[in-house]
Amino acid sequence: MSYSSSDRILLSSQREGQVSRFRAWVLVVVPLFAILFQIYVPLFFSFAKVLDMPLLVVVYFAVMRRSQIQGLMIGAVVGLAQDSLSKNWLGLFGIVDTLVGYFAASIGLRLDVEHPMLRLLLCFFFYLFHETVYWVLKRALLGQLVAFDWTHMLIQGVFNAIVGVSLYHFLDRLREMA
Amino acid sequence: METFLNRYRNITVLLLVIFAQLMLLAVQVKNDQDVRIIRVWAVTTVTPVARIIEWFRGGSIGFVRNYILMHDASEENKKLRDEVGRLRLQVNFLQNELSTADRAKALQLFQQHTQSKMLAANVIGTDAGSNSKVVLVNRGSAEGVMRGMAVVTPDGIVGKVIASYPTAAQVMLVTDPDFAAGVVSQKSEARGTLKGQGKPLCKVDYVPIGEKVEAGEWFYTSGDDRIFPRGFAVGVVKSVQPSQPFQEIWVEPSGMKHGLEDVLIILEAVHEAVPTTPPVNQPVYIAPAPPQQQTPVNQADGAAQPGGQAAPAGTEADKLRQIYQSVGEAQNHTYGSGPPGTKPPDFTRLPSQPGQTIPQQPAGRGAANAAPAPAAGAPAGGRAVPNTATPPTGGRAPATATPNPNAARPPVATTNPNGAATEGAPPSRLSRQAEGAPANPGANKPAGTVVKPPAAPAKQ
Repeated sequence: MSYSSSDRILLSSQREGQVSRFRAWVLVVVPLFAILFQIYVPLFFSFAKVLDMPLLVVVYFAVMRRSQIQGLMIGAVVGLAQDSLSKNWLGLFGIVDTLVGYFAASIGLRLDVEHPMLRLLLCFFFYLFHETVYWVLKRALLGQLVAFDWTHMLIQGVFNAIVGVSLYHFLDRLREMA
Repeated sequence: METFLNRYRNITVLLLVIFAQLMLLAVQVKNDQDVRIIRVWAVTTVTPVARIIEWFRGGSIGFVRNYILMHDASEENKKLRDEVGRLRLQVNFLQNELSTADRAKALQLFQQHTQSKMLAANVIGTDAGSNSKVVLVNRGSAEGVMRGMAVVTPDGIVGKVIASYPTAAQVMLVTDPDFAAGVVSQKSEARGTLKGQGKPLCKVDYVPIGEKVEAGEWFYTSGDDRIFPRGFAVGVVKSVQPSQPFQEIWVEPSGMKHGLEDVLIILEAVHEAVPTTPPVNQPVYIAPAPPQQQTPVNQADGAAQPGGQAAPAGTEADKLRQIYQSVGEAQNHTYGSGPPGTKPPDFTRLPSQPGQTIPQQPAGRGAANAAPAPAAGAPAGGRAVPNTATPPTGGRAPATATPNPNAARPPVATTNPNGAATEGAPPSRLSRQAEGAPANPGANKPAGTVVKPPAAPAKQ
């Protein structure tokens, strides 16, 4: 079953959506690589801080696997790993990435997630969602006063969306073809 | 249940994972009071439940106590009502005791200021007659009460003893139709006879038309009846109506205006002077100035004055009054005398200090009337109390004053602005007390004890 990238975005039924399969090492190495990138690259390139590679990876695997449980599990594992390597409390990124994974998988069930424009929008939307939930959790749960800068968030969202589309194009090559 | 979990498996797993991570966060994070959030959440979750359980428990117990065991409350309510009634009676009794103590204190003070020998008594009953105004007191012949003795209160006369029994005495009140007493008015000294009318007001009879008596004037006992000693308040004039051949004067007796419970029976009468001011406007005792203020001022004044004589001490008002008094005396002027339009003294030559010599007036300005200024330091006569060793000129008051060598004795203020007018007048009871008159020997005795009068003879 093949889709033309310019015809339809919405799937008429869940059967139309094709579940992408990945090798096991891909499911381990790619998130690990994304986490390492997040903690290592900004040491040399400060602008790389604006990139949220673990988030992009979670969104990709969630939408491509089209399973909410798998999506939230990937999000939880990646988020907890991100927490464990950061100064955050354990569970902060975990909760956010769990929610992202769940909702991304839910969207993947309805939309043609291989559409580049849709991937761009998904990356942009989930970046905003991720930052908003993270801000809410920090403020409501931890009582920390964190600045909420919409302008920077939108710019960074666009940047992450562009990088995400490119990243997803690369990750598509790692899929096992049915 | 299994169907439910299968149907909502995804959202259930999501909630479980989120919950697990929240717990993980709560275990790590501490709030601003260094308490882990997991504890805060646990307490916040548990306490409302505990509160609800306690509310149910307390409500159940309260229900059992308030409704099921209501018969106990009713019994307790009855007991409490009885106790409230008993306590009210006790409060009333204590209030009466307090009132009695206040009256006894007032009587004792009155005895201290009165020279007559008195015996305190309580009214224990009234007469059965409809029109008669007679009461029974708890003192009788056993205590020396005799028929014809006067009965008074600090406010005025009350009546006289008409019968004395061993343990009680019968007192005819001033309002009784058969009562009569000799009285004299305060200002014009018009003499008359007070007669009871069986009504609240009494009538003063036998006051000729020519005597000037005004409403509001006070009547005092004259001592002519040989029952009431002179100088006790009788009452205030309510109305004066011209009639032939005598005026019709109605007086409101003052002796019973505060009730009639405690009275004083005069065992040995000592005549006193009729006060110059109404009872409501008696002289006020003013203590002398403190010595630490007097000494330097007097020393400075003595150094500045000829002969080194100290100026009389007192308040600033006293000094000012003495200055004006000395000006009037130097210019042979009596304040308050003369018809309206009389030339006042020359106040342009006021001495700066009382007792200073006033410069001689120039010729043509009353030089013929100019009199030598009084000696420095001599009292200018501005006090209401006459000087000590001088016997009263009126002859109405006993000369009980003792010589007082101290010139700086405490002044007595009166409402009369002209101090000279009161000088030489018979001193009132309070003023005599201020003069250093011997205190009443019975001052510290409780009410009801006999008070010895001073040795000074009564002078009619």
